[in-house]
Amino acid sequence: MKFAKEYRFIGKATPRKDAVEIVTGKAKYIDDLELPRMLHGKVLRSPYPHALIKNINTTGAEKSRGVKAVLTYKNVPRWRTGTPRHARILDKKVRFVGDAVALVAAETAQMAREALDLIEVSYGRLPAVYDVEQAIESDAPQLYDEFPGNLIPLDVPVFGPRTLSAVVHGDVEQGFDASDFIAEGTGAYENIPNPLPLEPPGVIAEWSGPNSLTVWSASQSACWHRLFMPSRMGFPDIRTISTQCGGSFGSKNYSDQPMFYAAALARATDRPVKVCFSKEEQFGAFVLRLGSRFRGKIGIKKDGTVKAVQGEWLVDTGAFSGFAQAQVAVGLGELQLMLRCPNWDIKTKLICTNRNASGIVRGFGGQELESALIPILMHALEQGGIDPVEFFKKNYVKPGEGYTWRDGNQWVSRSKDYSEAFERGARAFGWDEKWKGWFKPTAVNSSKRIGVGVGVHGNADVGEDVSEAYVRLNPDATVNIHACVAEPGMGQRSSLCKMVAETLKLPLEQVNLTPPDSLINPFDFGLVGSRGTYAVGSAVISAAEDARQKLFEMAAPVLKAAPDELDSEDGMVFIKGKRDKGVPWRTVVGLMHTCTGFGRFEPDYCVPNFIAMFVEVEVDTETGKLDLLRVVTATDVGQIIDPPSLAGQLHGSIGSAGIDTAIFEESVLDRSSGQMLNLNMVDYKWRSFAELPRFDNEILETPIQTHRFKAVGIGEVSTSPGPSAVLMAASNAVGKPLSGYPLTPDKILKALGKIKKERKK
Amino acid sequence: MAKDQKRDSIVLTVNDATHEFEIGDHRYQVAACDTLAKTLRETLGLSGTKVGCNQGACGSCTVLLDGIPVLSCMTLTVECDGKQITTIEGLQDPATGRLDEIQQAFIDHTAFQCGFCTPGIIMASRALLDCNPSPTEADIKDALAGHFCRCISHYQVLEALQTITEKKKL
Repeated sequence: MKFAKEYRFIGKATPRKDAVEIVTGKAKYIDDLELPRMLHGKVLRSPYPHALIKNINTTGAEKSRGVKAVLTYKNVPRWRTGTPRHARILDKKVRFVGDAVALVAAETAQMAREALDLIEVSYGRLPAVYDVEQAIESDAPQLYDEFPGNLIPLDVPVFGPRTLSAVVHGDVEQGFDASDFIAEGTGAYENIPNPLPLEPPGVIAEWSGPNSLTVWSASQSACWHRLFMPSRMGFPDIRTISTQCGGSFGSKNYSDQPMFYAAALARATDRPVKVCFSKEEQFGAFVLRLGSRFRGKIGIKKDGTVKAVQGEWLVDTGAFSGFAQAQVAVGLGELQLMLRCPNWDIKTKLICTNRNASGIVRGFGGQELESALIPILMHALEQGGIDPVEFFKKNYVKPGEGYTWRDGNQWVSRSKDYSEAFERGARAFGWDEKWKGWFKPTAVNSSKRIGVGVGVHGNADVGEDVSEAYVRLNPDATVNIHACVAEPGMGQRSSLCKMVAETLKLPLEQVNLTPPDSLINPFDFGLVGSRGTYAVGSAVISAAEDARQKLFEMAAPVLKAAPDELDSEDGMVFIKGKRDKGVPWRTVVGLMHTCTGFGRFEPDYCVPNFIAMFVEVEVDTETGKLDLLRVVTATDVGQIIDPPSLAGQLHGSIGSAGIDTAIFEESVLDRSSGQMLNLNMVDYKWRSFAELPRFDNEILETPIQTHRFKAVGIGEVSTSPGPSAVLMAASNAVGKPLSGYPLTPDKILKALGKIKKERKK
Repeated sequence: MAKDQKRDSIVLTVNDATHEFEIGDHRYQVAACDTLAKTLRETLGLSGTKVGCNQGACGSCTVLLDGIPVLSCMTLTVECDGKQITTIEGLQDPATGRLDEIQQAFIDHTAFQCGFCTPGIIMASRALLDCNPSPTEADIKDALAGHFCRCISHYQVLEALQTITEKKKL
């Protein structure tokens, strides 16, 4: 806290730069945008989980009022998305209920919808498969000719030639021999919850030439369409503009399908086309979490040292792999951060099945892997009677220790020892008083039982990938930061302004960020993996420092001093200590000039962040209802940039397919029809204001070696420790290990023997 | 009633401005099937009202109809004939431009993240404070229980609203 006092803005709550626009309804989200001559695109979707299109007749739709184009697999561009490229924009084959069959562009959305009903399709149905282990059996229905056995290749160089798809080193047999306790089993986190940002995905596309495309979208990472889409669509020059983004949680980094649809229809009509998904489409045809099943074995010593982790991780990506290989790589890296172990043998299979595809979701692989593996780990800890807080504290990666990160390379942590944060969280939560041992309730009050649990998670991607920025000093002492950064809710655009205002010692009102538009900004990888604070922050700070250096060089002759003898504050340049004899920027720069600095951040995978989450739950053993009573998060962020924004990121662990995926959130897939049964916000469960748990954050600020503000990002990871912590807490409450997410009343009552188990067909 | 059904125009008062619409399918008319959310957003250009689900379940499209919060995605425009509608754009003082106390409190407490649910939450909060100037925390939670916020701005929303009610007690 001693640092915060020295700062004008850093560490202090300041109004978000876009606050007035948001509270007055002036902020423009994608569906608020209208372009002249803009058409609306709608998608005809498959009613079957797996089928070949035998015949498709669009004549009626083409003649329907207001219709300007109808596209099917026969006349759509041959673009392909997915990793590796395999998912066609429209295919002769459909692979899940909701897969796209045809596209219509019309003068209004209503006219486009009406035309969909006039498209006649006959399907040849195929058998479908929904379970990862059934999908890899020899007689399983095959989704893609190019992926025999429904196995999607993992050796795709998403993070370079050695991209991590397995963790194999040491000798696991020796490790198990040296273990005192070994637990073995299968854990699954397969409820494929939806990140469910309130604003459905949407894109507007317009071609300004045969090879020149502009894309407006509700995006979390403004450069992603420009970065990732050209190679999928014949290398057009793509200008991307992000509108205000109504939530993303990973899912709207890019919106490849809506973008393909809008771009294809815009090309066919030579007019701008908007494609905004409905809520039902967002549920049934956009982005789900990966399915995750881990079958394996963990060996530990009496003192809580981990000796061996072995197993197979089966990852279900649904109908196609969006970016699953990257999630596998990061997930495997993150597991090593939370479990120090010399002997590893984890192999992965990436499997496609006949349901809506999984894509990028906050937690990015690690949440999926850990939520499946920790139930097995719990058994090992129970055998040894080991307190999970002590165990996790001991085993979280320490400074000077190494891990194989997503690129397959070895990295060594220069973060801090997070033990203190962990202990502070445990104290605030009252862990020592509440923890009664494995599968023992904290309290019993007739049918209601209280239990506690804990989880940890960390990510070394806080310094991932490249960020660039320009900082332009104007003669009137205003500053424009040119950085391609969107605003999906983290407040990062404002926080970057704070960093630059602090660096240049200017009022915050005088520092602003350009709109997130790839044409006017240099490259930025985007707001992923908690990288905004360190990676993007470093770029804007060094651009500000570079600009200030140039300003001092311009001012040196005026003030008859060397540049390094100068300082600047509130738009004045002066010799250090002689503020009253300063000259304004306009005198130094000149009214017809500006002074621009450049900054670039290069990747740094050596500063894993950390979060611990303590939860207290109450289980009613009569009704099976599980209530979340209390959450405490604990972290050390080096330096808080904006307290309310940070609190919001930590509170966000409840939503966006986080904690509540252990309690009630799931996409319910009917495995006889392939239909998702809860494609609306009544049947898909979510937490309301009336059911908020008590929530506290213990945030330490021990300076960390990143940039001038010694801060590290944390937002992305907050959801990840939640599901397994709840599973642990509920197991302790009821007195026996529970399994399966979410722990809906039926699962709890079955585990307690109060209702009968379903007979397997 | 039969006479009413034959009417070919309706009158809405939106944020104190009166609009008369013909009933029909053209762009500046109101169709019998048009929702209030559609009329506000597309016909009147008041895009501050957000449509999150269009299923009547998320609360983001909440506006005030004669002072009562309603889901504008579930309300037909033709049902609003002769009524007063207030949207997020109508909360500022029209003469001074001064923000409503709730808008100001949301700014002061950063009571939003992505902001997409915020107009709906502010409108429901306005209706609550209009009929109950000193609600308890439970009253606030109850009034906002139909509002989905995926970012989890709930805690800061409660903080912002409680500050307003505490100020009034002083």
